[in-house]
Amino acid sequence: MSSVSGAAAPGRGAKTAVKSSMWRQSVRLLLKNKLAIAGLVIVVLMFLACFIGPMFSPYADNKTNMRIMNRAPNLQHWLGTDKLGRDVLTRVLLAGRISLTVGLASMVLSVTLGTLLGALSGFFRGVVDQVIMRVADLLLTIPSLPLLFIFGALLSDWKVPPENRMYIVMLILSLVNWPSMARMIRGQMLSLREREFMQATTVLGLNNKRKLFHHLLPNLIPLIIVIATLNIGGAILSESVLSFFGLGVTAPTPTWGNMIDAANNLIDFQERPWLWMPPGLSIFITVIAINIFGDGLRDVLDPKQKR
Amino acid sequence: MPETENKIPAGSGAAAAANEPQKGPAPAASPEPLLEIEHLKTYFPVKSGLWGRTKAHVKAVDDISLTLRAGETFGLVGESGSGKSTVGRSIVRLTDKTAGEIRYRGQDLYAMPERELRRLRPKIQLIFQDPYSSLNPRVRIGDAIGEAMLQHGLASPDNVREQVLEVLELCGLPRYHIDRFPHEFSGGQRQRVGIARALAMNPDLIIADEPVSALDVSIQAQIINLFRKLQRERGLTYLFISHDLSVVEHLCSRIGVMYLGSMVETAPRAELFGNPLHPYTKALLSAVPVPVPKLKRERIVLQGDIPSPVNPPSGCKFHTRCPLAFDRCKAEVPEFRDMGGEHFVACHLA
Amino acid sequence: MENLLRVNRLSTHFHTDEGTVKAVDDISFRVGKGETVCIVGESGCGKSITAMSIMGLIQAQGASGVTGGTIEFGGEDLLKLGKNELRTLRGSEISMIFQEPMSSLNPVMTIGEQLTEPLRIHRKLNRKAAAKRAVELIAQVGISRPEQIMDSYPHELSGGMLQRIMIAIAISCGPKLLIADEPTTALDVTIQAQILDMLRRFKDESEMSIMLITHDLGVVAEMADYVIVMYAGKIVEEGEVEVLFDDPKHPYTRGLLRSKPVLGQLQDELYSIPGQVPDPLELTESCYFHDRCEFCMDICRVKGPPLRGVGERQKTACWLYEEANVHA
Repeated sequence: MSSVSGAAAPGRGAKTAVKSSMWRQSVRLLLKNKLAIAGLVIVVLMFLACFIGPMFSPYADNKTNMRIMNRAPNLQHWLGTDKLGRDVLTRVLLAGRISLTVGLASMVLSVTLGTLLGALSGFFRGVVDQVIMRVADLLLTIPSLPLLFIFGALLSDWKVPPENRMYIVMLILSLVNWPSMARMIRGQMLSLREREFMQATTVLGLNNKRKLFHHLLPNLIPLIIVIATLNIGGAILSESVLSFFGLGVTAPTPTWGNMIDAANNLIDFQERPWLWMPPGLSIFITVIAINIFGDGLRDVLDPKQKR
Repeated sequence: MPETENKIPAGSGAAAAANEPQKGPAPAASPEPLLEIEHLKTYFPVKSGLWGRTKAHVKAVDDISLTLRAGETFGLVGESGSGKSTVGRSIVRLTDKTAGEIRYRGQDLYAMPERELRRLRPKIQLIFQDPYSSLNPRVRIGDAIGEAMLQHGLASPDNVREQVLEVLELCGLPRYHIDRFPHEFSGGQRQRVGIARALAMNPDLIIADEPVSALDVSIQAQIINLFRKLQRERGLTYLFISHDLSVVEHLCSRIGVMYLGSMVETAPRAELFGNPLHPYTKALLSAVPVPVPKLKRERIVLQGDIPSPVNPPSGCKFHTRCPLAFDRCKAEVPEFRDMGGEHFVACHLA
Repeated sequence: MENLLRVNRLSTHFHTDEGTVKAVDDISFRVGKGETVCIVGESGCGKSITAMSIMGLIQAQGASGVTGGTIEFGGEDLLKLGKNELRTLRGSEISMIFQEPMSSLNPVMTIGEQLTEPLRIHRKLNRKAAAKRAVELIAQVGISRPEQIMDSYPHELSGGMLQRIMIAIAISCGPKLLIADEPTTALDVTIQAQILDMLRRFKDESEMSIMLITHDLGVVAEMADYVIVMYAGKIVEEGEVEVLFDDPKHPYTRGLLRSKPVLGQLQDELYSIPGQVPDPLELTESCYFHDRCEFCMDICRVKGPPLRGVGERQKTACWLYEEANVHA
């Protein structure tokens, strides 16, 4: 459907586009929220460090070197080395690649799935709604951690090759996350349906396609962005938990979770904090930064949900 | 109530309007019925309990009959809970009726398939009370007006912008507003956008649900004048729903007064304001504050509140507040009687 | 008439990121004992902010808030009072009712609890005496079966009843001044008539002063002794009610009176003031009404007119009359 307003036509007044759209307003508001911007900066730095950092590391080949195992941080190895003599800093960054990718990808998957199913549910209601929501309820009744463990155990049982495990973990995480997402989208959809401007579209005789894609979805986008952002943090945490228990991505592929798992003994814990502190802090800082940024986004885009 | 309105000889409406030279708000109403409402009932279920069983009904509209002629402005007046808005929403099928019939140019609006109804929708447009919530905050007003034109083939992608500009101008909005978002407008301007959106559909009938009650006095006058101008130029028919009697008097040629879901009185304007017959109409009229200080008016102040429409009073629904009520009012529902000159009233005393 | 309230050069400003909004800009007025003063104006003219400033309900944040002037009530400047002194004054000496009765009552407390609360705090009545007085008050505002109402919750009552309860709470401690902010705007006309009748009755019985804020000129004509017309944060005209309605001076007042459809006075075309209220952020040194005024002169565009007396019982802020004064 063509857009009436977008077309540049002659005779357009000089005053056009002086005032900003809602999006630009939101960006301006967001820029004012110092804490949220700090969160965003940290997240971006973390991404840059993880994806570009290892390229400058002389230890990027992840080679084992038995001569320098378990060294404390020094000038050559800023964060020391692990029990196989690998550089911890490089591994933390490489692990970050995996963890961040898993978080991002599983967020995209669960948001897509959740939005699609939630929107269908809320728009058509009736039988469609009943089926989708009962499935969602079913998944929500099982606490997500045991569910993750079951999936993870199956994964180990089926002897999935380590290089593919990452993708399966993404799938598992999104499978666990979509129901809550779908519920929120459906709720929002139901409340939007009752708004007067949606009733106006009915009176104007607009068809379902137009109503859904031009009127409902644009109003859902702010909510989707907010949930999606907060979802990344959750997915990173879940992946770490899975990997910590050896059920997610396994060695030799490093992730923040399995790096902590590798240091999971009394000697490492007491004597070699450089093995578990860096990945632990990475998880902590990344998740907190994402959540702070997500909260800021919510305040700007979805003021009604403000706590 | 008996449906007697149709039996009135055509032309008496025009005669009544002609009685007031120059001051008639609308061109003389033509006799052709545009919309016929017969014994309309719209109930809302009141659900309760674990299984959501329907315990009772809110009788929002309880047996209303009404005929709108092409070119006239019919004012529907009543207080909150009278069901006046529900009548309007039932016509455009935003709220489904419970019983009765609504015909537009002879076609039953509830008997046609969804597809056909959608094609007919442009002809009957609704203007909402709240200009803030009736526009999608994320759609530019040019799109809001143009999209339905495109969908119904009232404009082609090549000329839609021109057409939107035309209707904006007609509603007194500058051309450059076409690319703006609703939040950049004041209340009065938004209501103009709402009117422009309805008008772009080239409708026959516009149902205006309290279109000026959310606006300031000086803006209200602008919008009322716009309504009249558009009617003169386009020959529109209005169903004007309002609680404000002074606005209704100014704009409408025929007026119906509703109380608790029932019509208590309908009459041409001069009749209703000059010779109100129902005690409720009289009380309403006397309650309207007039901007003349220290004016000594005989005022009928009604006692008590409007009863709940879930459980309306027996007999005449107004008897609990009526200063003139007597025994018969409690027992017997008054007939909606013709008092001559298109004046109908439902009261035992009239 | 003896002064009860004297507002002198009151200014309430709000600082936003886009600039300063002068919601109330240097206004002065008085309310006499037993007098009803109506402040009338359209949305955004500052009438409600004036009331909230008097009640001390505007939170000062940085440079925002009441920025200047005095509010003398019974000889004391309310702006100089401490929090506790103000609290004792509010609800006993000055009370306020709002437009939305539903949102100004606590939904989880019974009507009785909310009615007895101020009586126990301000009048120091015991539980029994307060309850007895509350029942009297409910009966006084014209609600039948007051004992039953005492135990009900706000959601069980209609809007009209709630507004009556609000009035009962407001008058419970015998205030000297009642500030009513659009008390009948959310109500139906027949209910509005009841409420206005009641307010008038209480005023006559108790010598209470009323400051009524409204946009409805009909309500003003019915209630007011003295009228203040506000536009964009300023008083543009004030005067005794008969004079002001009979011979409005300011073009804005005239426009307002002419643009309201009046029952029984049919006009072919309603007069309407062109344009709209100026953006409070874009106000300049001019008369704020100049771009909507049909009598706009050169001076109106560059300088705001002061509020000056025109005749004995009326004041207006318009250069049209300034000139007349100079020449006379």
